[in-house]
Amino acid sequence: MRGWYAVFHKEIAGFFSVPVAYVVAGSFLLLSGFFFWANVSFMNLISLQAANSPMLMQRINLTDVVIRPLIQNMAIVLLFVMPLLTMRIFSEEKKTGTIELLLTYPVSDAAVIMGKYLASVFMLLVILTGTIPFLVILFMLGFPDSGPLIGGYLGLLLLGSAFLSLGMFISSLTENQIVSAILTFGAALLFWVMNWTASFVEEKFAAVINQLSMLWHLESLNKGVIPLSDISYFILFTAFFLFMTMRSVETYRWRG
Amino acid sequence: MIEVERLTKYYGRLPAIQDVNFRVESGEIVGFLGPNGAGKTTTMRILTCFSPASSGEARILGMDVRNDSLKIRRQVGYLPENVPLYSWMRVTPYLEFVARSKGIPRSKRTEEIQRVSDAVGLNGVRNRIIHALSKGYRQRVGLAQALIGDPPILILDEPTIGLDPRQIREIRELIKGFARNRTVILSSHILPEVSQVCDRVIIINKGSIVAEDSPSNLARRHGKASRCRVVIKGPEQEVKALLKGMSEITAVETTGIAAEGEVRLMVESEPDVNACPAISRAVVAKGWDLLELAPIHVSLEDVFIDLVTEESTEDRSADSSSAKEQST
Repeated sequence: MRGWYAVFHKEIAGFFSVPVAYVVAGSFLLLSGFFFWANVSFMNLISLQAANSPMLMQRINLTDVVIRPLIQNMAIVLLFVMPLLTMRIFSEEKKTGTIELLLTYPVSDAAVIMGKYLASVFMLLVILTGTIPFLVILFMLGFPDSGPLIGGYLGLLLLGSAFLSLGMFISSLTENQIVSAILTFGAALLFWVMNWTASFVEEKFAAVINQLSMLWHLESLNKGVIPLSDISYFILFTAFFLFMTMRSVETYRWRG
Repeated sequence: MIEVERLTKYYGRLPAIQDVNFRVESGEIVGFLGPNGAGKTTTMRILTCFSPASSGEARILGMDVRNDSLKIRRQVGYLPENVPLYSWMRVTPYLEFVARSKGIPRSKRTEEIQRVSDAVGLNGVRNRIIHALSKGYRQRVGLAQALIGDPPILILDEPTIGLDPRQIREIRELIKGFARNRTVILSSHILPEVSQVCDRVIIINKGSIVAEDSPSNLARRHGKASRCRVVIKGPEQEVKALLKGMSEITAVETTGIAAEGEVRLMVESEPDVNACPAISRAVVAKGWDLLELAPIHVSLEDVFIDLVTEESTEDRSADSSSAKEQST
């Protein structure tokens, strides 16, 4: 794995010198901020309305009204912006030919891929860190349940990382950044909505489709439980596309 | 140092190079010559471990490109065609990235970058964005990245393409400078460059090697005829008759417009015969004035064109004969 850090360092510099990082972080934070504000305002409104019925009051809590919808919305925004982080990761190097030099330095393919992948995960962490003020506000104003919060953020991180590995694989297939972004978005969306069909297909297939769907795995994390099966889904998903990227780079060498 | 045996590479069904064999000894500067699409880049890409060969072997410093790829990559500095650089980076951070990739320890990195910047003359532009550099400077940055880590072998693909004549000369001087105690393979289709820089030339066409020798040997062996230009003050008919009658000379032609009373001729003889001494003796013996007598050196360019076109005419005749076979 020697040399991964050189690639990692260069990629991070790349994210910030081409304004991709700012655009992605900016739009993600703007949208999540909007959702956070909307959810808190909604909470505010229904709390006022429910003030004189204790029955209803008991059923209103921060987790259900603010945190879970917020996490779900942020997950959808991630679906939109993660392809933008990965679109150039290999496409640009292929288009400009710099990949030829990169692949002749004494750095293994695995190290190149890890350097690039970890740099994009680092960007995801930076973006998620930007939402910490939401949490600070929640803890200042109320008593949120930390279970769903931790589970939700873990889910976002795993989901984002999965999108990133899928995006990197697709980026390694094409020289065109736009094609890379659109294909990644399409593929990610497919994994997202896959279980919508689960209700009307055969039972055997339904189980498989559910297991493949991202939404399905995200939901249980969002409830505050952290089941091994959901975590391993995301980890396997990521590992699979990292492996596919390895193969894709190797194929590129053969053709190059 | 570098040994290539029966190297073949297919792109799909199309062979880019076929059964290429050559050796490069330590300290040599070898020029790779050939028309576009001849397989120069393919061969270089195999040697730099960018792309694996379909069959055959390539060894660098006794290590096989397939099995010891990472070790070889430490020993080889590569400058690809068109110098692909991260154009959004500044020069120094870019060279830092290269040094980091090549595993130069942190403590020596600054020193190493200073060394290569001095070697290629980059000190004035170290803080510029690569995107804003002129083509000549981009080329220098490309050379600098190849030199980082002090590799004993340099592989340069078209190092002077797209530069203006002054820049070409500068880059050529640079290459000559750091070719001392290094082994260099450079490809080019600019012939003067190859004949000035290289000890040995390998001419490659359509994926196979067609000739391999020192530039002067190539010119001597593959030249079709040796020629000299003669200007004589004397009666035209007699002069021509005299020269045509000489055993060394195969053809005499009038060229250009001569001044009053002078004859301007192009004289051809067999490739390894120099007719000049005989001509001078004969002209002086007749009492005419010999105004000009200059052997015309066959340039590498002529050899190159000859070799490359010979091949294709052979191909064409082979094609037509096979077509005849099919029709019968």
